[in-house]
Amino acid sequence: MNKNLTSISKQALWQNNPALVQLLGLCPLLAVSASVVNALGLALATTMVLIFSNLIVSLIRHQVTDAIRLPVFVLIIASFVTCAELLMQAYAYSLYLSIGIFIPLIVTNCAILGRAVTFAVKNSPLISAFDGLMMGLGFSSILILLGALRELFGTGKLFANMDILLPMASNWEITILPNYSGFLFALLPPGAFLFMGMLLALKNFIDKQLADSITKHQNAQQMASRFAKDMS
Amino acid sequence: MAVKKIKLPTKLKAFSTSLIMLWVLAACIPGLVALTVFFGWGSIINIIWLGIWALLFESMVLVFRKRPLGFYLKDYSALVTAVLLGLCIPPSSPWWLSLTGIFFAIVIAKHLYGGLGQNLFNPAMVAYAVLLIAFPLEMTNWTIPLGIEQEIDAYTGATALDLFRNERGAMLVNEFWSQHSAFGTLSGIGWEWVNGGFLLGGLVLLYKRIIGWQIPVAMLGSLLLMSALFYDGGSSASGGSPFMHLFGGGTMLGAFFIATDPVTASTTPKGRLIYGALIGIVTYIIRVWGAYPDGIAFAVLLGNFTAPFIDYYTQPTPSQHA
Repeated sequence: MNKNLTSISKQALWQNNPALVQLLGLCPLLAVSASVVNALGLALATTMVLIFSNLIVSLIRHQVTDAIRLPVFVLIIASFVTCAELLMQAYAYSLYLSIGIFIPLIVTNCAILGRAVTFAVKNSPLISAFDGLMMGLGFSSILILLGALRELFGTGKLFANMDILLPMASNWEITILPNYSGFLFALLPPGAFLFMGMLLALKNFIDKQLADSITKHQNAQQMASRFAKDMS
Repeated sequence: MAVKKIKLPTKLKAFSTSLIMLWVLAACIPGLVALTVFFGWGSIINIIWLGIWALLFESMVLVFRKRPLGFYLKDYSALVTAVLLGLCIPPSSPWWLSLTGIFFAIVIAKHLYGGLGQNLFNPAMVAYAVLLIAFPLEMTNWTIPLGIEQEIDAYTGATALDLFRNERGAMLVNEFWSQHSAFGTLSGIGWEWVNGGFLLGGLVLLYKRIIGWQIPVAMLGSLLLMSALFYDGGSSASGGSPFMHLFGGGTMLGAFFIATDPVTASTTPKGRLIYGALIGIVTYIIRVWGAYPDGIAFAVLLGNFTAPFIDYYTQPTPSQHA
């Protein structure tokens, strides 16, 4: 059981990360990641929708037949997206004004429907909710990292305007590069693609290094065992 | 196994990559001289600065990619990219602007796609587009050419094409031209000579058969056709005279030096005609109805996009070869 949860987390955060490996939900990911606060807002909304939609889909999985499961799942997801949108309007209206158009689009985020169809229909509610949380965190981590990178390269600052999401964060803004004249390219869509490509390359590079070190380790073990056999 | 090198009798004359690149560099000289005469030493300084960084970035990436350094540096392709970018950006560009540009050209547009011969997009044009998007203010302020009476003590200002786009309002072409001394006689003071210089260099490249005639002819032809069609007798809705379009902005540099890049252009004879015409038309559309004063860079990038597609549908059949 415990092992199962660890493997779910590992899958969601690294091996099968929705943003880095499955490449799902790229439209909001690329469009909203121009600053940390926007990225964080979308990350929270997406994670919340993922957790609850996975939970509900898993609860009703025995009642829904295959023929109607897609419309039913989309309805469930859409309901939670509407909740997220209304919550954002109520508690973070200025954030809603800046990324509001992308909140309804969460419905079409394939990462969410994908988890409902491939995971939640086969697993018990709590496990599904946990999977939703982990997948949400996997997606969010990349979204926020991308937001931070683009904000840093685009404006030289980090955590600007955080107070539109978190009221206590009005003085969180850090100027990393003083007298930076700004690099508009990073804030515009081409910059999103470029930085996303760099993150993908970095992930593949780390995976390759890991794989190489494992094969090296195995080779060394094989050599050692062969050597031991020869000696005996 | 040692293989004897034989010269095939069918092969008339082969240019090595480095020789082609050197000819391209040499052919840039008339245009560069015109730029220097009218706009000051800025372009030459930019080209030297860009050249140094191009070689540095090139060597750096080659070391990372574990490629032989000498072999790739000797093909001069990095220098050609640096020179072309240096000819495109304003002479008054700050040092960090050109540095950002050459980084994008060499590291991202060239080597991340696999190096010379593998790059989908013309590196100099990718860099130019990135700079134009990232630093619109610096990139549209061109040094004021020699021989213009200034009302105020300014060093940089809009180019003739830029002026024509943004300041004209609903004036007739002749009326507007007579008000601004920047237009000169044909297409803007200085610009006529700069484009003339690149035309001369391009003709040398054509004569040496380093570039084919199809792309420049198709591109200039379609640009001429478009500007003649939409000249509209110089009315208030006119897109400007054909002369302004052919000898203004980066037309000649684009037609002979940039659109003809053998790596990113279409490779079939028929395809090259389509490719050149496409670039000419898109350039005109961006200049007259688009958001930017000059459209060569975006038009070439769009052309690069379509080149593999054009090639696919214009493969010559064996009977056409004979």
